[in-house]
Amino acid sequence: MTAPPPPDPAAEDALVPLSALQHYLFCPRQCALIHVERIWAEDGATAEGRLLHERVDGGKPDRRQGVRVVRGLTLRSFALGLSGKADVVEFRGGVAYPIEYKRGRPKSHRADEVQLCAQALCLEEMFGTTIPEGALFYGQTKKHQRIVFDAELRRLTKDVAAETRAMIAGALTPQPRAMPACRHCSLFSHCQPERLEKPPVIRRWLAGQLAD
Amino acid sequence: MRRHLNTIYVTSEGAWLRKDGANIVVEVDGSERGRAPMHMIGGIVCFSRPGASPALMAACAEAGITLSFLSPEGKFLARVEGPRSGNVLLRRTQYRLADDPGHALSIVQGIVAAKTANQRTVLRRALRDHGDRMSDTARAAIEAAEQRLFHSARRASVAGDVATLRGMEGEAALTYFNVFDTMIQGDKSVFRFNGRSRRPPLDRVNALLSFLYAMLGHDCRSALESVGFDPQVGFLHADRPGRAGLALDLMEEMRPVLADRLALTLINRGQLKARDFVVDDGGAVSLADEGRKAVLVAWQERKKRELRHPFLGENMALGLVPHVQALLLSRHLRGDIDGYPPFIWK
Ligand code: SF4
Repeated sequence: MTAPPPPDPAAEDALVPLSALQHYLFCPRQCALIHVERIWAEDGATAEGRLLHERVDGGKPDRRQGVRVVRGLTLRSFALGLSGKADVVEFRGGVAYPIEYKRGRPKSHRADEVQLCAQALCLEEMFGTTIPEGALFYGQTKKHQRIVFDAELRRLTKDVAAETRAMIAGALTPQPRAMPACRHCSLFSHCQPERLEKPPVIRRWLAGQLAD
Repeated sequence: MRRHLNTIYVTSEGAWLRKDGANIVVEVDGSERGRAPMHMIGGIVCFSRPGASPALMAACAEAGITLSFLSPEGKFLARVEGPRSGNVLLRRTQYRLADDPGHALSIVQGIVAAKTANQRTVLRRALRDHGDRMSDTARAAIEAAEQRLFHSARRASVAGDVATLRGMEGEAALTYFNVFDTMIQGDKSVFRFNGRSRRPPLDRVNALLSFLYAMLGHDCRSALESVGFDPQVGFLHADRPGRAGLALDLMEEMRPVLADRLALTLINRGQLKARDFVVDDGGAVSLADEGRKAVLVAWQERKKRELRHPFLGENMALGLVPHVQALLLSRHLRGDIDGYPPFIWK
């Protein structure tokens, strides 16, 4: 078998990390701060998440009851413009089944589902197969949640991928919007959502400061 | 709010720094002298000629800990930088602005106005704290200087171009340093201020100021680098090889608050003595070993002081101000705010 031709370098460069989708769904500004401005804020939450992932990644592939388990598999999709890694992919009778490990508990928004679905779409492109479902595992509840990749979730995932890529390519950072979620944001002190959401006109502010 | 992390100052001549698990270990002549967990540390500053293991350097770069090497006088020699530092988009904007004085004008207006206003606050605090012990002429001189600086600050905030602002900054410095000696209440035979001298400092007050400015410059440089700026390219300070122009810009507004006030406190409370300084044959004055240690301890303590940030309206440690100002400057360049809000101390 001959090796496939190498992909277009420009297309490879344009790939954005899978994790950006989640950041984008949590808050587009957070996504831009991390992926456009490259601000790095490792707080307790991200450090803990990283440790969990290291544990998951650390293992070797194993096989039980006809299921082959691959950890830390590198993923890519040119159709979505994404690349990244999967925590765990189980191959059940030749069908890939992605499992993503999350600190904390299931969330009300669909960021985790979108990230998992994006992994599935990468796997589908890489292996030329159809992947009907996967699972999210939550550290706090220690429960697996089955996720079916239905048409609606696929559409949402593709839309979010396109929006995220466009924002990163445009290199613009949206203004902050102070919201309850900001309290859980690792970039809070960098973002200053309360002060910068509706900042004063600096010239006027300065004049006020200099008046006696 | 971001935590104010400690800085380790390594002053022993033969010190060697290494990494042990998640700890930073300082050894002198092969025996362990100190140890600190990395997550508690924001920076390491090495004076004299110590070494550090490559493993420690890599770990510092990875954890965002600035590791710098300085001469005993505080002159910057080298720093360790990891792959994460720098942000090309922000730097491009910075260079564009630096090349277009019309654009940078509002930033420089703010910096000069704030510096002048903060010098004025130093004078007002001196009047408040020691005014009744001053002679009538001394008090009158400070009052007059204080009034001049008040007007200078307001004029600077609307000045028409950067060259004018450089001139105004120089005039304000002259007004301020003309009465600086008057604010010294300590032993006048030891601490006399005869105008600002830098290369070299020719009296103990100047030696102390120079050392504190070097420490502040170091913190400003680290703050700029941590938000992704190029510390070399400034707006008020023109480019000069080897000079950290933007770090100098950023420190202007903080000099009176962080350095000048601390110098006056150290002198007026008698925390430094004549023997804490050395004078060489050419008349250059510098801090002696013990004096340098005393100043570094006081500097660390000063940075822990809480104050209310004028723009953010939050309480924070004084030591965080360089970082927050660098952040606000980056937010202005990225378009979140229509100007740079300088640090004004009241
Ligand atoms: S603090 Fe709030 S607005 Fe800012 S990045 Fe985080 S979530 Fe978004």
